[in-house]
Amino acid sequence: MSETRFTDQHEWVRVDGAEATVGITKHAAEQLGDVVFVELPKIGQSVGKGAEAAVVESVKAASEVYAPIGGTVTEVNAALNDDPAKVNADPEGNGWFFKMKAADVAQLSALMTPAQYAEYVKGH
Amino acid sequence: MTDTTQILRKTPLHALHVELGGKMVPFAGYDMPVQYPTGILKEHLHTREKAGLFDVSHMGQAFLSGDDPARALERVTPADLVGLKEGMQRYGLLLNDAGGIKDDFMTTRLAGERDLYLVVNASMKESDFAYIAERLKGIATLAPQPDRALLALQGPAAAAVLARHAPGIDALTFMKVARAQIAGIPAIVSRTGYTGEDGFEISIAAADAARLARILLKEPEVLPIGLGARDSLRLEAGLCLYGHDIDETTEPVEANLVWAIGKRRKTDKDFPAAEKIVDRIFNGTARKRVGIRPDGKAPARDGTEIADKKGRVVGRITSGGFGPSLNAPVAMGYVETAFAADGTEIDLLVRGKAMPARVAPMPFVPHRYKRAG
Repeated sequence: MSETRFTDQHEWVRVDGAEATVGITKHAAEQLGDVVFVELPKIGQSVGKGAEAAVVESVKAASEVYAPIGGTVTEVNAALNDDPAKVNADPEGNGWFFKMKAADVAQLSALMTPAQYAEYVKGH
Repeated sequence: MTDTTQILRKTPLHALHVELGGKMVPFAGYDMPVQYPTGILKEHLHTREKAGLFDVSHMGQAFLSGDDPARALERVTPADLVGLKEGMQRYGLLLNDAGGIKDDFMTTRLAGERDLYLVVNASMKESDFAYIAERLKGIATLAPQPDRALLALQGPAAAAVLARHAPGIDALTFMKVARAQIAGIPAIVSRTGYTGEDGFEISIAAADAARLARILLKEPEVLPIGLGARDSLRLEAGLCLYGHDIDETTEPVEANLVWAIGKRRKTDKDFPAAEKIVDRIFNGTARKRVGIRPDGKAPARDGTEIADKKGRVVGRITSGGFGPSLNAPVAMGYVETAFAADGTEIDLLVRGKAMPARVAPMPFVPHRYKRAG
């Protein structure tokens, strides 16, 4: 069973066993507007929880994407290099950024559940 | 979200922007739409393909009266305004005593009218109007027009759209201006704009603004366009944004705006810091404003450092982003003059990495103005 959690920086992380997939939330994609460039991490790169792992740029501005939990990057969504608009079209699906091997799945418990995140976004 | 305690001003179209789903942001003290639900990319492309309607009512409008307002205004600008013909508009630079650029603005001499009509940048209007009034005291009187609104209709379909409501308006060619009725609304219409496309700027009474905007938005070619696309359009067109590409610390020659200095003015040297500026025309400047095309896909934003291939910083980007019509990043900035030639290879220091780029000619997207003849 996979489980999706959210950060207060508007990333999502979906964990299936030790594999974690990371992206930005629908709310974040809407706030950014049209995404025109994504800088992805390197495969094999180790990232700490909360560390900058990727960059997403819209016509308006650049934003950092932070790793919701710590781990080692195992795969990046190379399709975003040619078609960054996927981030807007399907932010919580085909618009994922990278996958990582989670260092400690227990870090997930500190993140928001879908219901908590929905509540959090209301206040923003 | 940024906490803003300042009270934002509203243009006469504010309620319409909100009704159209505009995403409102603070800009130059006004609550303005950065985009509509269409989104910046599509708004940009739509303007280049058909027509876009922009609310630029936040800009400052004024009339300047006096015995010879053109000669009076030449005290603060190197533009040739005495030579400005009736029914024409001209770009000018408002200079401080050191030759720094206080603002850029447009001056119009309407047919059969003695007063000049001015349009200045929103962020600078109070400062500009105070400066002009002070410098021209006793010879000309400035009358700001806070009760006027300003719309821009830009794009290849703009002329056909406007002609439906103002027959004969297509007779105006680039930089020409006339008083006209649009759908019965009295307006000052100029064949100008800041997108690089053919188009018009339409000054009307604030009370008529929403009605005219709704009439134009009903036309099938026209979409409302926000400030986001206005910025990417003007950047692709190589046009300066005041406060970014030019300001009081930049001078006309290094800003590559020598064309805004009238020929007679160069000879007469009767504008602020004229000796210094004319000397710069002949002897060059230490730095130059140039266009920049990154080799890769990463946009380089305002403030990005520009380095030579050995890593020495030789300049800074003043406007940068993504050019939707080019589907590529574009930028402009200042570099040491030795690096200003088109094709010069440089690096942009983005997030600690050196991104290869080249100095490139502007405009990035060719202007499509409807010139006379």
